[in-house]
Amino acid sequence: MTYLKKAALMLALLGAAACTNGDRFGNNGEGGAGGPGGANGGIESGTLDPATPQYFNQTVGNTINFAVDQSTLSPSAQSVLDGQAAWLMANTTYIAVIEGHADEQGTREYNLALGARRAAAVRDYLVSKGVAGSRMRTLTYGKERPLASCSTEECYAQNRRSVTIISAAGVS
Amino acid sequence: MRFILSLIMTLFLFIPVASAAEPLKLRLDNPLVEPMPFATPDFQPETAAANEYAVRIARVVASDLTGTGLFREIPPQAYISNVSSFASPVQYSDWRAVNAQALITGAVSVDAGGRLVVKFRLFDIFSGAEMGDGLQFAGSTDAWRRMAHKVSDAVYQRITGESGYFDSRVVFVSETGPKENRAKRLAIMDYDGANIQYLTDSSSIVLAPRFSPTGDRVLYTGYETGFPRIYLLDVSNVGRRALAMPEGTMSFAPRFAPDGRTVVFSLTTGGNTDIYRMDLNSGSLSRLTNSPAIETAPSFSPDGSQIVFESDRSGTQQLYIMSANGGEPQRISFEDGRYGTPVWSPRGDLIAFTKQAGGRFHIGVMNVDGSRERLLTSNFLDEGPTWSPNGRVIMFTRETQGVNGAPSLYSVDISGRNLRSIRTDNAASDPSWGPLQP
Repeated sequence: MTYLKKAALMLALLGAAACTNGDRFGNNGEGGAGGPGGANGGIESGTLDPATPQYFNQTVGNTINFAVDQSTLSPSAQSVLDGQAAWLMANTTYIAVIEGHADEQGTREYNLALGARRAAAVRDYLVSKGVAGSRMRTLTYGKERPLASCSTEECYAQNRRSVTIISAAGVS
Repeated sequence: MRFILSLIMTLFLFIPVASAAEPLKLRLDNPLVEPMPFATPDFQPETAAANEYAVRIARVVASDLTGTGLFREIPPQAYISNVSSFASPVQYSDWRAVNAQALITGAVSVDAGGRLVVKFRLFDIFSGAEMGDGLQFAGSTDAWRRMAHKVSDAVYQRITGESGYFDSRVVFVSETGPKENRAKRLAIMDYDGANIQYLTDSSSIVLAPRFSPTGDRVLYTGYETGFPRIYLLDVSNVGRRALAMPEGTMSFAPRFAPDGRTVVFSLTTGGNTDIYRMDLNSGSLSRLTNSPAIETAPSFSPDGSQIVFESDRSGTQQLYIMSANGGEPQRISFEDGRYGTPVWSPRGDLIAFTKQAGGRFHIGVMNVDGSRERLLTSNFLDEGPTWSPNGRVIMFTRETQGVNGAPSLYSVDISGRNLRSIRTDNAASDPSWGPLQP
């Protein structure tokens, strides 16, 4: 753990140094992601501290999706939630707000209730995997905060989601 | 040429119509009614300070009446005689010649105290008689539009036999910014979109405001705490308070009872949404539905004895009616599709609703027993009907699709005719139409 934190810090410093050469890496076209700065693509997943909310968001995955007008958890959603449960049990100083969202194909009030149902389905699943219910709170946004703003099924599918928002306990 | 034509029309129209005329009457239940032609010459300014109001007030009256789709204005260029004084006799033959059936004349003055005084008279041209007595309204000059609306309400009432809806306001949500992060504020405006004022800032999401029966207070759902809960706002001073709810719950979809003291709404605990009522004075809470289904969007009958709401207890969203104290509800919607946001009409005769069917949204009305369903609109996304104070017109939200899609307000007659857009500065949603003002 300590090693990982040090490594992360060093790489962060390297990143900052690279930024001072912004022209070279950003603008001359030759540099880019794979240029002399090296291995940018590998940095994120390889060096994130697993105990951070960033790791939770990017590697565990904070979002799952739902079928039209449904709050049931698909097998792939369950496997993401298994990871969320494991992370929450390993990092007991964090609490979670679970947001439920709906796509725009529904009335405002119904979508608020549907978002609440989705958030509760996630919460109940996490409780079933051992996460204390007292560490979680559910929140519905209905159709008020879409992730994607187009009006096609491709976007709707992204908007029918729950997002698990992690924060340090005592800080809300 | 124009003179000769006018003369001929006068001769032609004068004799048969004058003898056969019946008192001016527009029947709102007749679906084939033709718009009634009327004339509203500029009102007469009786003091110099009243000049600008005299013209503007006549224009607002004309706009109110034509906006109903029930009246058609005779363009002032067609007038033969002009009204030179409020008291002078009306030349009925001149107005018959341009086919005006109703003539509205008025006078405006500013009195010594700075108050605006508006008088008007209504004439039934074909009967050759004045309809009702002249009326006078007085108020501050700022309220000139309200006085114009009061003239329109009186004219509408005398001709149709039903109360009007012009001197009324609408509370709604004003929207700015991108679809993924819309900024929303509560706003209030005249029924026709004039005089917009903001009631909240845009620091947190606000949804679905609902007027109290007297229009002095507004219930809405707000995210000030980060979680949706119901607020009560005083329109006169924009003071607000959150209604006390059980810890860890979310609450939304509030609506006043006709007594103005009781609120019915949705409360979510553990992911399950049911309908509750609260007494505003005591804060006492009672649960009206108890099922694992989504039950929301409750609306009282005008006598306060029943509540219409939506539930997906059958598997899809449908409309139900129950006693105002809860108990076994009766399903009233049975056609194909999903039904939501039912609202009981102020006359008590109809339920307006949002329907999703065939990949489109509709605003519709049905009888209270579910019979005679009629869809009034069809669009990508129409939702959230609200009734005019006289139960003749429905206002609702229409949202356009796509990345730049945005909502705006529309109104439609319960006949399905006269679909109109209400112009607002920004995108607008969730209208709630208040009562006629005193």
